[in-house]
Parts: sequence; structure tokens; C-alpha cells
Amino acid sequence: MIWWIGLLLVAVVVTLLVVRRRRRRVRPPVLVPERAPMPEILVEEVEAPPSLAEEPSFAQRLSSSRSLFDRVRSLGARSELSEDQLAVVEEVLLRSDVGVETTNAILARLAESGAPDGVVDALRRELRASLDRPREVRREADEGRIPVWLFVGVNGVGKTTSIGKLAYQETQAGRRVLLAAGDTFRAAAADQLTQWAERTGADVVRAEEGADPGSVVHDALGRAQAREVDLVLADTAGRRVNSSNLIDELAKIRRVADRGPGQVVETFMVLDATTGQNALSQAREFLAAAQVSGIILTKLDGTARGGIVVAIERELAIPVKFVGVGERAMDLVVFDPDVFVDSLLGTSG
Amino acid sequence: MFDSLSARLEKVGSSLRSKGRLSDADLDEALGEVRTALLEADVELSVVRAFIAAVRERVAGENVLSSLTPGQHVIKAVHEQLIEVLGGAALKVTYAPQPPTVVLLAGLQGAGKTTTAAKLAQWFKSQGRQPLLVAADLQRPAAVEQLRVLGAQIGVDVFSEPLDPVTVARTGVARAAQLGRDVVIIDTAGRLSIDEALMEEVRSISRETNPHYTFLVIDAVTGQDAVHTAKAFHDSLSLSGIIVTKLDYDARGGAVLSARGVVGRPVVFASSGEKISDFDLFHPDRMAGRILGMGDVLSLIEQAERTLDPATTMDAAQRMMSGAFTLDDFLNQLNQVKKMGSLGGIMKLLPGVNKEMRQAAANVDDSQITRVEAIIHSMTPAERANPVIIDGSRRTRIAKGSGSSVNAVNQLLKQFDQMKKMMRQMGQGSMPQLPGGLNKMAQRMAAAQASRGEALPEGFDALARGMQSAPRGATGGPKGKKKKGGRVTPPKGR
Repeated sequence: MIWWIGLLLVAVVVTLLVVRRRRRRVRPPVLVPERAPMPEILVEEVEAPPSLAEEPSFAQRLSSSRSLFDRVRSLGARSELSEDQLAVVEEVLLRSDVGVETTNAILARLAESGAPDGVVDALRRELRASLDRPREVRREADEGRIPVWLFVGVNGVGKTTSIGKLAYQETQAGRRVLLAAGDTFRAAAADQLTQWAERTGADVVRAEEGADPGSVVHDALGRAQAREVDLVLADTAGRRVNSSNLIDELAKIRRVADRGPGQVVETFMVLDATTGQNALSQAREFLAAAQVSGIILTKLDGTARGGIVVAIERELAIPVKFVGVGERAMDLVVFDPDVFVDSLLGTSG
Repeated sequence: MFDSLSARLEKVGSSLRSKGRLSDADLDEALGEVRTALLEADVELSVVRAFIAAVRERVAGENVLSSLTPGQHVIKAVHEQLIEVLGGAALKVTYAPQPPTVVLLAGLQGAGKTTTAAKLAQWFKSQGRQPLLVAADLQRPAAVEQLRVLGAQIGVDVFSEPLDPVTVARTGVARAAQLGRDVVIIDTAGRLSIDEALMEEVRSISRETNPHYTFLVIDAVTGQDAVHTAKAFHDSLSLSGIIVTKLDYDARGGAVLSARGVVGRPVVFASSGEKISDFDLFHPDRMAGRILGMGDVLSLIEQAERTLDPATTMDAAQRMMSGAFTLDDFLNQLNQVKKMGSLGGIMKLLPGVNKEMRQAAANVDDSQITRVEAIIHSMTPAERANPVIIDGSRRTRIAKGSGSSVNAVNQLLKQFDQMKKMMRQMGQGSMPQLPGGLNKMAQRMAAAQASRGEALPEGFDALARGMQSAPRGATGGPKGKKKKGGRVTPPKGR
């Protein structure tokens, strides 16, 4: 109870600051020319800062990102765990975005268990154990209800594209698919989904920009029932997780999708593999608001390794179900933990 | 959740307070904490190492001030180093003598290039320029359409043709010259840095259009990969600067430091929201505070300015200062705070908020606020305006009406009364008594304002001065003990 009072006081202070600033701005009627004359030349920079990149050790280290994994391999079959070896393991994990906490936990386990069959195998076993959970994809709803896959995530992670790719795969597998364009916020998001629908032969339900996403999902379920659709894929607008309004809205969309003829059988949180430690709070918030049942890890075909999912699986027990490894529709594939661990350790090539 | 670096370092420092100077072992321990904090903020490992080395040098080269604990001394060095690396040279946006000035945007998929293009166009417009947007992202379905919609919103023309991206970009620049536009912003498709074909495409767009500015658009939630991306794009396009997006997320944004470190080019713009107007020049000092978890008061104020209704705010402020604050105003204030987002999110932007407070705030959910609202809604207008008249039987009625207990009603009224007292004190330009945590926060807020060279508002000014004369121990923190600061004379004009 005391804390929201404290917070309110803070709000008051902020309010006062705002007001003062505004007043100060308004009060003196200063005469400034409409637009300050711009020097008509192109100046680059005022003074060059010491670039971190110019330090030789850094540039070398950067180019040696690949060779780092050679070092992992060089750890070889030796069974004792030296400080140096643990340092290499730490570096590999940190550089893959696994995060400090999970890395430390893994290091502690390694130090405890030792490495009877070599450090690489011990590390692989440890990572593999973190990813040991069921991850089948549900396509069936209860008798008489329509299965719905709901897609959630922050902006720009590839929700709409993932839906398009899965729509393609599901229609190819002979299922009738309907897309619900629940992202009514981003300009032309519905157009993007409609283009995917045209490509894949899926049906699509959309509304104008700014419409209530819940009503789009509701309409989609109505249409799905009338047309005896096998699977509804529902898009939602990208949202940051530190806004309670946006998160509430998502919870509402999920309730609508899970009512009447619909049944949400999977809620996928789409996650960009380049994301760092913020992915954990994304997963935590989306899990609370929309009961996320699986993660789709996109853009794994770049240089990012997506190690944060190790932390997510360990801490929140949300399994990764699909990974995006390319631009083509077939490049969204079912997640294989063994392949993933190998790519994390660079031991696949 | 993450401890702020300041809190971590204070823990390190507390055992050494009496020593007066940092031993090598102390420094190692402190820098270890800095390392963890930077890694948790997603700063890339190599950048972290280079950074730590620089801080070590900085600390070693300075005399320890007696007024700072070793921990504070390290924080100071880290903060200064952050600002140096993030800031350093600023890019001055100037215009080509032979218009149009060509701006090229590049980056990974989903970094926010298309939205940024529109925001940048709006920014140039506000500078009195006439921009033209060129949609050269022909890869993502409906990307051109998205830019057209955004262009229509801000009243900027969008050029595109269903040709290849290189031709579209070249024709777009020529069209801008024809139309007499002085700035052209080219939006390109998102691409992976290791996709050779697409990187070659963006290189040829760059060759054909000869941009005056090439910006890498990078997402603030990016992890360790930021350096690979930044380096690859810099090698290909020779960037003039970086634009960071999604700063409204609660990420620490260490990627900005990584990218800045590896590219050696300034971060020029920052985008912090979904609205077109949520875009401005980048402020290194704010980013430094944010990476350290030291709060970001100025961003909070700006967020407040954006979301709060100015008329209501002015009105409420007047009433607070004069002590005429009623429960109705309190209710409005609650609604305003709710508009600003989750309590946890707001707490993150505040300096000097310790872990306990942050967690407590995170635990406060909307239902608790709803309960408070219900209690106030159950009062009559007369009761809200003058809570003194609320006697025992009225309390019972209010408790029943709101479905809560008499105890809860009592508590609310008591705390409201305390708050009102504090506000009146501030209105009179004196130092209110604040709990320890808030005390420290107010001090930091004042410091943040002062560092920007802005005059402090009356009342608040007094608060800050009161803080300075307050005993040093007041900054000690999270125990929540009340410390009384000195009273000061009200400023002139009140």
C-alpha cells in the first residue's frame, strides 16, 4: 500500500516538473527567426572519439568469433576442467546471449560434475538437459471446436511472416486454414497477411486499420465455423511488454479466441534470435498475459545464435517449437534441440 | 530482475568505506560487478572488456575523493566513460549545397526501418525541409503500402515503382530533384549481414544514389549480435551514424554501446515509441544512465508530457501547491499514472529506486488500484472534497459500498492526508520529509535536471538544496528510514 503512495508522489513531482518546463517554455516571448540559417556545407564530425574498434585486441577478437568455436573444439577430450577451459566455455555462452545468470549456473554444474568424456561433451550434455522437455505442436481442438493458433510478440520479430510460412505449410499438408488479421495497428499489416493468404490459398478475415482486434478474431471464428476450417492462425499487433494496457488488450484477444467455437491450442511467442536479455522479460510477460505454449525463434540464419532461449526454457519452461532458418516458406522448421546445441557450440560444421 | 549497478557497487563499497582509497582487490571486485551489469545490459563481451580496461585506467589515474565511497567512485568513472563512448563526437546534420540531401536507411529485418523512415521525414519537415520518401523495400509484402500509409499521415509524398530496388532508389532521387524536394529518405529492405546477394544490392543502391548520410537502424533489444551486424553494414556501406529504435522497451539497450563501439560513428537519432512523434536526437547522458540502471528521469518527464493532458496537469499542480488537493484530484492523478504504463516500467526510469521498491511496484497490479478507485467512488462528492467529514458511520458505508474493509478506508484516508501535507510543504518551497528511498531519488532527479543546465523549478529547487545539506547517510539507501533534510527559505516570488 505504501508504495503506490510513493509512486503517486513521484507522479506529482513529475507533474510539477512538466508544468514548470512548460511554463518556462511559454513565458518569454523570444523572437527567433523562423528557421535558423543552415550552413550549406557537409560537415562530418566535430571531433573523433577514440573508437573502441581501433583497439587491436578488440578487432582481432571480433574476427575471431568463429575461431572461438575452434577453441571449443580444441578443448577436446581432456577430462580435467581448468580455469582456462571454463573461461572459454563462459565466453561461448555469453556471446550466444545465454545470459550471465544461466551461464554461471551452467559453469557451476560443469565444475561440479567434471568432464569425464571431454569438456565439449559435458557442455553439450548440460545444454541439452536444459532443453529437455516435450515440444509437440497441437493441431486438434476438443470435439466441435476450432483449433486456434495465436501469435504474440514485440514489434518486428516476424509474427506476420511466421504466420504466412506456417499457413503455407499447413495448407500444403491438406488442411483448410483461415488467417485472422488481428494486427490492426501497424500500417498495412493486414495487407501483408492478405498477400500471404493469396500465395497460400488460405482464407483471410480482416478489418480496417484501428479496428478492435478482438472483433476481428471473433469474426474469423464465425467464418471458420461456417466454412469448416481446420485451423485458424490469428495475428496480433506487436506490443512492448512494459505497457499494462497493451498486455491487457492481448489477454482480451486470447479470451475471445478461446471462447465459443474457438479453442486456443497453441499460443506462440515469436522471438527474434538477435534479441538479448530483454527476451526473458518478454517471455515472462507474454506467458502471464496469454499463456504462451511455445516459442518461434526467427532469423536464426543470421549471425545471432539465439542462446537466450536456453535461459527461457530453464527459467520459464516454455519450449521452442519452430525456428526460422531462411526466407523461404519451408525454412520455418520444427525445432531440434540437438541441432540447436551443436550450432550454439559451433560443433556442427 | 536486475540489480542496478549502483546498488551492486554500493554493496562492494560498503565494507571499504573507511579505507579512503581503492586497493587493487577492491577495484577488481567492483569492476567484476560492472562487467556483470554491462553483460546483463547486452553490451557485447569484447566491448565490455575494452570498456572495463578504460575504466580501470580512469580510476587508477584519479585521486579518490574523500566524499565518495569507493563504490561511488567507480560508478562515477563508469558513467563518465559511458558518456564519452556513447557521446564523443556528435553528428551535425547539415544539408547538401546541391539538393536533395540523400539519406539511406539500412538494417536487419524488423529493426524498424520503415517506421523510422517516416519518423525521420517528419523530423526533417519540422526542421523546415521538404522531404520525399522512397520505398525501396520491395521484399517484404506490403512494405511499400505501409510507407504510403505513414507518408499520408505526415503529409509527405512516397515514391515507389514495382521495379528493382536499385532503380527505384535512383529514380526516386531524380524525382526528388525534379519536384524540388531538398531531402530524400530511402527505405530499404531488411537484410542479414551474411546474405551476400542482398548486401551487394544495398551497396549498389548506395553507389547509384551516393547518399550524404547512411544510417544503420538498430533495435535496442538486440543482444551480442549487434557488433556483427554493425560491423558488416559499416564495412559495406561506410555508415555515417546509427539510429536506435524501440527505446520505449524496458531493455537496458547495451546494444547501442556495442554498435557505437565497433562502428566508431555517433548514434544520431533515437526512436522511443509507436507514434510518429516519438523520435528525437539521441542523448548520450540519458543512455548512459539507462545502461547503468540509474534511471532516466528526462525520458520519464517526456513520457509524462506526451501522455498527460496538459490542462488537467496544470490544474492538478495548482491545487497541490495550494493544498486544495481533493480525493477527486487524487483519482484523476491515479488515472494519469495508469496511462503512463505499468508501475514497474515507470519505476525503471526513476533513479535511486532500489530492488525492493521496484519489486514492490511490480507486485502492485491494476486490481489494487481498482480497489482504491472503488473506495473513492463510494464516497459522496462532498466527502471527496472534504474528507474530514467522514466519520465512523460514513466509513462503514464506504467500506460496504466498495466491498472493502473499514480498515482499508482508514488507511487510504490516512495516507492521503500525509501525501497532502507533503505536497503543501513542497508548494511552500520547503523540504518535505520523504522516506529514505524517495529522498535519494529526489536528489538524483535534481542532479539530472541540473546537469542539463536547466534551472530547477521553485520548490523542487529547495528540495534539492535541502538534500545537499542533508546528512550523507541519507544516500545510504534501502533501509527506508526517514531522514530529515534542512528547511530552506522559500524562493523569491512566492
